[in-house]
Amino acid sequence: MRRFPFLPKPALLFAAGAAAIAVFYACSRTATNTSDVLAGNAASKVYVAPGTYDEYYAFLSGGYNGQVMAYGLPSGRLLKLIGVFSQNPETGWGYSEETRPMLQTTYGLVPWDDTHHTELSQTAGVPDGRWLFVNGNNTPRVARIDLKTFETTEILQIPNAGGGHASPFTTPDTKYIISATRFSVPVPNADVPIPSYKQNFKGTLSFITADQPGRMDIAFQVMMPGFNYDLGHAGKDVSDGWFFFTMYNTEQAYEKLELNASQKDKDFIAAVNYRQAEQCVAQGKAKATSSDYFHNVLDEKTRMARSERRTSVKMLDPRDCPGLVYFLPTPKSPHGVDIDPSGEYIVAGGKLATVIPVHSFSRMQKAIADKQFESDVDGIPVLKYASTIGGEVQKPGLGPLHTEFDGKGNAYTSMFISSEVVKWKLGTWEVLDRMPVYYSVGHIMIPGGDSKKPWGKYLLAMNKITKDRYLPTGPELAQSAQLIDISGDKMKMLLDFPTLGEPHYAQAIPADLVTRTSMKFHKLSENRNPDITASEAAGGIRREGKKVHVNMVAIRSHFAPDNLEGVQLGDTVLFHVTNIEQDWDIVHGFGVMGATNSGIVIPPGETRTIKWIPSMVGVFPFYCTDFCSALHQEMQGYIRVSPAGSNVALSANVSAKAATQVERMKQVPRASSAPR
Amino acid sequence: MRQALLADRAGWAGGRSGVLPALLGQAPMIATKPMPNRRGMPSLSRALVAISSLLLAGLFFFPLWQVRLKAPQYPEGLGMNIRINTIEGATENDLKNINGLNHYIGMKPIDPETIPELRFMPWIVGALIVSGLAVAAVGRRTILYSWLAGFFALGVAGLIDFWRWEYDYGHNLDPTAIIKIPGMSYQPPLIGTKQLLNFEAVSLPGIGGILAGVAFALGLFAVIHSLRQGRASQDSHAVSAAGETFRSA
Ligand SMILES: [Cu+2]
Repeated sequence: MRRFPFLPKPALLFAAGAAAIAVFYACSRTATNTSDVLAGNAASKVYVAPGTYDEYYAFLSGGYNGQVMAYGLPSGRLLKLIGVFSQNPETGWGYSEETRPMLQTTYGLVPWDDTHHTELSQTAGVPDGRWLFVNGNNTPRVARIDLKTFETTEILQIPNAGGGHASPFTTPDTKYIISATRFSVPVPNADVPIPSYKQNFKGTLSFITADQPGRMDIAFQVMMPGFNYDLGHAGKDVSDGWFFFTMYNTEQAYEKLELNASQKDKDFIAAVNYRQAEQCVAQGKAKATSSDYFHNVLDEKTRMARSERRTSVKMLDPRDCPGLVYFLPTPKSPHGVDIDPSGEYIVAGGKLATVIPVHSFSRMQKAIADKQFESDVDGIPVLKYASTIGGEVQKPGLGPLHTEFDGKGNAYTSMFISSEVVKWKLGTWEVLDRMPVYYSVGHIMIPGGDSKKPWGKYLLAMNKITKDRYLPTGPELAQSAQLIDISGDKMKMLLDFPTLGEPHYAQAIPADLVTRTSMKFHKLSENRNPDITASEAAGGIRREGKKVHVNMVAIRSHFAPDNLEGVQLGDTVLFHVTNIEQDWDIVHGFGVMGATNSGIVIPPGETRTIKWIPSMVGVFPFYCTDFCSALHQEMQGYIRVSPAGSNVALSANVSAKAATQVERMKQVPRASSAPR
Repeated sequence: MRQALLADRAGWAGGRSGVLPALLGQAPMIATKPMPNRRGMPSLSRALVAISSLLLAGLFFFPLWQVRLKAPQYPEGLGMNIRINTIEGATENDLKNINGLNHYIGMKPIDPETIPELRFMPWIVGALIVSGLAVAAVGRRTILYSWLAGFFALGVAGLIDFWRWEYDYGHNLDPTAIIKIPGMSYQPPLIGTKQLLNFEAVSLPGIGGILAGVAFALGLFAVIHSLRQGRASQDSHAVSAAGETFRSA
C-alpha cells in the first residue's frame, strides 16, 4: 500500500498557484472550446423544441438565496424557484400568515438560510419522485418539498448542531435522512471560553425520520468528538445499514483553521452502523437530552403551517454502544464521501490530497472482525488505513471534491483547483478522461448518480466562478452549471447556463416520475382553511377588537368584495383571499398599497392571508398582481382607512345575496369589540 | 330433416314468447312459423322493437349530447356532457370553468337546476322504453307505427328544444356584458363545428345519442319489415318470402 506523501505548506502555495494557472489556461482555451462545441452537434442535443418537455427535472440548491431551483435538462431552462428557508416575495412564501410559521425556529422567525444539498426520496435505493429534501446550513434545518406541488411542506430544526452541512442524505428506503453538524459547539450550548474547544465542543450526527410526511423528527443523535463534519452518504446493498460521514479539523483547532486544521496527514471518514444504533436506542442506551427545536408542518387540509416546539432528543454516546462508529483514516481534509452503486466502494474527495482514496466496505468489515485498530478517539476505534483502503486513483488532478457514478462502472470526480471533471474506472482506478469546466467546480451531479441505478447520460457540473463566460454584471457574476454528455467513452460539453444563488448540489430525475403525480389545482371542496371564502356570496368584513378580517374571493376578473370601509387607524387588517378558480394555472395575486411585507400569490383552490397594518388615513387600492385574464387590470378594489374612533360603519360590498351576511358579520364585532 | 326440425321448433317459437328466442339469436326459426295475420307484427319486428327499447335505456347511462370547446389557452379543451337528467362538465370542473368564461360575453350561467326539461326527460325516455317493450309484447302493427311516430316526434321535439336553448343562451346576453361584438351571437352548433371568438365549439351526439339513433333506425327497420311482411302475407309464396327474410335478416 502506498504511503500518503505529507503535503507541506509550500504545496498549498503551489495549489493556489495552480488554481490561478488553471484559470488562465482555461481562459485562453475558451475560444477553442467554443468552436469544439459548435463543430459537434451539442446544440441539437440540448435543443428542446417549443411545446415539448425536457427529459429530466434537475433540482439545484440555491445556496445563499435559501431556495431551491427546478431546471429542465438538457435545455437548462429555469422552471421554478421554490421557496424553502427564505421569504420569497414572488409568491408571498414566508410572508403570508399561512406560511410564516414554516420559518419559525428557536431564534424566532429566521427568514433566510444557506441551502446546500438537495436529496430526492428513494425507494429500494432508487429516486422515486415523491419528495425532495434540502438542508439549511446556517440555522440547521431540513425541509421536505412535496413534488406533487413543488412546495415546501415540512421543516425540522436540528438541535445541538452548529450548522447542518452533512445533510440531508437519505437511506435507500428514505427511513432516515441525516444531518451532521458542520461546526462543533458546546452541547448543550453554553457560555464557555472558546479555547476550551477540546473539552467542551462536540459534534452531533442526527438521524431524522423522513418516510412519513408531516412527522419528521430526530429519531436519535450520536454524540461525536468536536471535529467539523462535512458530508455524508448512506451505504446501499452490501453496505446497507451503514452511514458514512467525512470530517475535517480532526486537529480540533479553533482559530486560523485554514492552517491549523490542515496539519494532519489524514482525517477520518466515520462509518456508522445505524442498525446497531437502532438496537441501542431500543435497549434504552440513548439518554434523553433536553434540546430545543421546532417542527413546522404545512397541513395538507387547512394548507396552513403550524409550529410545534420540541424539547428533547435521544442522544447516543458511542462509548455506550459498541460497534456503532468506526473511523477510517482518509487523506486529507476529505470533503465528499460517495458510495458506488454496488455499495462496496466508499470514495473520498480529499480536497488537499494528491490521490482519490477509495475504501472497500468488505475490507472494512474484515478489518473490524480482525480488530485492525491503530488507536481510538473518545472510545471510537480507528481502523488502519492499509486495512480498509481498496485503491487510490493516482494523479487525478488537483482538489478532488465530489464523485458521482454512471452505473456502468465509471466514476466522475470534480476537481476544484484544476477546474475539471475526471472520469475514472472503479476497480482499476485508472483515469479515463478529463473535461475542463469553467471554473472552480464544486459538486457534480448525474441523475440518480448517488443511487443504486444512475441514469448515466448527463453530468451537471456546478461551478463557483464564471469570469468571461457571460455578459458581465458588475463585480458579482452568475454562477454556472455545465451540462456534459457522458453517454460515450469521452465526455462532451453540451451547454452552460447561469444559475441563481450558488447551487451546491443538485439531484435530477426522469421527468415522468414527477409529472405522473403533479397536481393541477387544489380542490376548493377540500380546502379546510378556517378563513376560506368558498363563494362570492360568502365574502365580507368582520371586526375582532383591533383586528379586521376581510374574507375575499378572487376569480377572473374581480375580487369580491372589492370595496371595504370602516377600518380605522390602529387596526390590523387581515386579507384572507381565496382563489375559487378550479382550473390549471389560473393563479391570482394580491397586493395592497403601502404593505410593508409583500404581496401573495394564491393558487387555484387555496386561501392565503396577508397582514396589512395601515399607517395613515386615506383610501388605498389593492389589486391582482398575477396577470390572469384580459380584464386583469380591472381586478382591483379599495380599502378606506378612517381615523381612530371614527363612526364609519364596517362594510364590504358584495352581492345582494351576501348583504345579509355582511350585516350579520357587522353585528358580531359591535358586541365583542374591544374598547378603543 | 331440416324441415322437420324447423317445424318442431315452430310450435313454441310462434307464440307470444317469440321475442325471447329472437333475442337469444335464434332468429332462423322465425322463418318457419306461421305468417302473422295483417294486424300482427312479424317476430323480427317485435325483436327489433324490443332491442330498440333496450338501447334507449342506454340514455340513462351515457350522455345524449356533447359539446367540446377548444382555445389557445385551453389546449386540453373544455367540455360539457348533456345527459337526459343533467348537464355536467367533461371533467370535474369544466362546467364551472365554462360558466366562468361565459360571463365575459354575458351568457347566462348554465345551471342544470334551472332547466325543466332535465327533470321530465328521464320520464319521457322511460315511457318510450316501456311502451316499446309493450309494443313488442302485444305485437300489433298499428301500435308499432304509432310508437315509432311518437319516437320520431319526441326526437324532433328534443332537437328543436335543444336548438331553442342554444339560441337562448347564445342570443339573450346580458346587456352589460364585458365583451360586445356587433352582430355576434354565441349559439353553439346543433351538430358540427363553429368558431365562437377564440373557442372552436364542436357539438356531437354522445354515446347515448348514438344509441338513440340506432334505436330509431331499428324501429324504422321493424316498421319496414312489418310493412313488407304485410304485403308478403298476401302473397301465395309465403314460405319462400319468409326464407328471403331469414337471409336478409
Ligand atoms: Cu387575477
